[in-house]
Amino acid sequence: MIRFDQVVKRFGDVTVLRELDFHVKPGERVTLIGPSGSGKTTILRLLMTLERVTSGTIHVDGECLSHVRRGDRKVPADERHLRQVRKKIGMVFQQFNLFPNMNVLRNITEAPVRALGVPREQAEEKARELLDMVDLADKAQAHPSQLSGGQQQRVAIARALAMEPEVLLLDEVTSALDPELVSGVQNLLRDIAHQGNLTLLCVTHEMNFARDISHRVLMFDQGQIVEEGPPEQIFTEPEQQRTRDFLQAVLNA
Amino acid sequence: MIWDWDWTLEILPGLLTQGLLVTFQATLGGAVLAFVLGLFVALLRRSRRPYISRPVGAISEFIRSTPLLVQLFVLYYVMPDFGVRMTALTTGIIGLGVHYASYTSEVYRAGIEGVPKGQWEAAIALNLPRHWTWISVVLPQAVRRSLPALGNYLVAIFKESPQLSVITVVDVIGLARELGSERFRYLEPMTIAGLFFLLIAIPASILIRRMERRLDT
Repeated sequence: MIRFDQVVKRFGDVTVLRELDFHVKPGERVTLIGPSGSGKTTILRLLMTLERVTSGTIHVDGECLSHVRRGDRKVPADERHLRQVRKKIGMVFQQFNLFPNMNVLRNITEAPVRALGVPREQAEEKARELLDMVDLADKAQAHPSQLSGGQQQRVAIARALAMEPEVLLLDEVTSALDPELVSGVQNLLRDIAHQGNLTLLCVTHEMNFARDISHRVLMFDQGQIVEEGPPEQIFTEPEQQRTRDFLQAVLNA
Repeated sequence: MIWDWDWTLEILPGLLTQGLLVTFQATLGGAVLAFVLGLFVALLRRSRRPYISRPVGAISEFIRSTPLLVQLFVLYYVMPDFGVRMTALTTGIIGLGVHYASYTSEVYRAGIEGVPKGQWEAAIALNLPRHWTWISVVLPQAVRRSLPALGNYLVAIFKESPQLSVITVVDVIGLARELGSERFRYLEPMTIAGLFFLLIAIPASILIRRMERRLDT
């Protein structure tokens, strides 16, 4: 579903990803862990086309993100191509990024209506189903500023799902929440993870959450994968010293 | 010199109706033009095509750096030589509007830049087409942020509107001057005209400050 080949990402002099190779199978749920600045979020941002690779290639569902074939040559992707590949991907942000000038319902329906051309009534019906799922059916007319952080993030999840992505990217989705609101969002994501065949790529510092939802955990450090494996292995008997140190640090925090 | 109440009452209705009407027409016409044109200027200056953004930027800087008075003179007395003929009031409204558009465009620019990056990123993540990102996400937030500053420019345009009297527009100040010149007595008409401005500008400023505070929260 997702394939990174020799991906390098530099910001100025800082190399964030070093010749990174990894792949994610359809329906697989992968969690990226590691210290801040290790490049985890950059991976999600590259996939969402919010950043561009310095070199290397990323494929989503067999299609190259950054380049298109024109005859025998590969040329940088244009906006049309990007829009095409983005259709398969959705993202939930650490800071929710709901549109403050729209009510909750409109936040969810705006993209299906404007980007996919879904008729408004149909989009609203779907939005109400999603709001029901995230347990916010009564907040359809509310504005984001009237909601708690946890409620806003649940709306953001509904908004991402309304586009029916095949891949969902979760970028530290509970990091900006008050501690007592974290579990609500996590439970919701757990349900979504276990009932669907959504491919999930998740960056988190919540190790219990990572353990619950993922098939595979990737430990990152300095732009490279240090260790990977099923959560039971990574969390109970990591092979690398670097992983042990990291887990010790976050679990005792 | 003693205040002449009889004359005051005599000239008051004319100043209130005819004079103030022209002032309001010039102010509202100029403001609407400035607010609309300014938005387009702000958007064009952000264009990724340098052959659009550069000239628009240069013209806007030029207009902002030259006096309104000169621009009014050119519009009213020079343009007819090139076959562009308009009434004094229309010329005045265009002059005010274009001049202040160069200021309001900066207000919008700041408003647009103030929209958090996360909003753009969310729009990209949702695959929202670029023009819809502008129309339904960025501009509503940018304009809302711009409202207090635009309100201040509305008051500024109102206060600058008497400059139109140099191109024969008879606004409240122009009328006061005419009335004064009839009797060589300016105390009453000018005082009344000045009070009008005070009585309108002060409440307007208070309203804007309230709006500012409300938008802050």
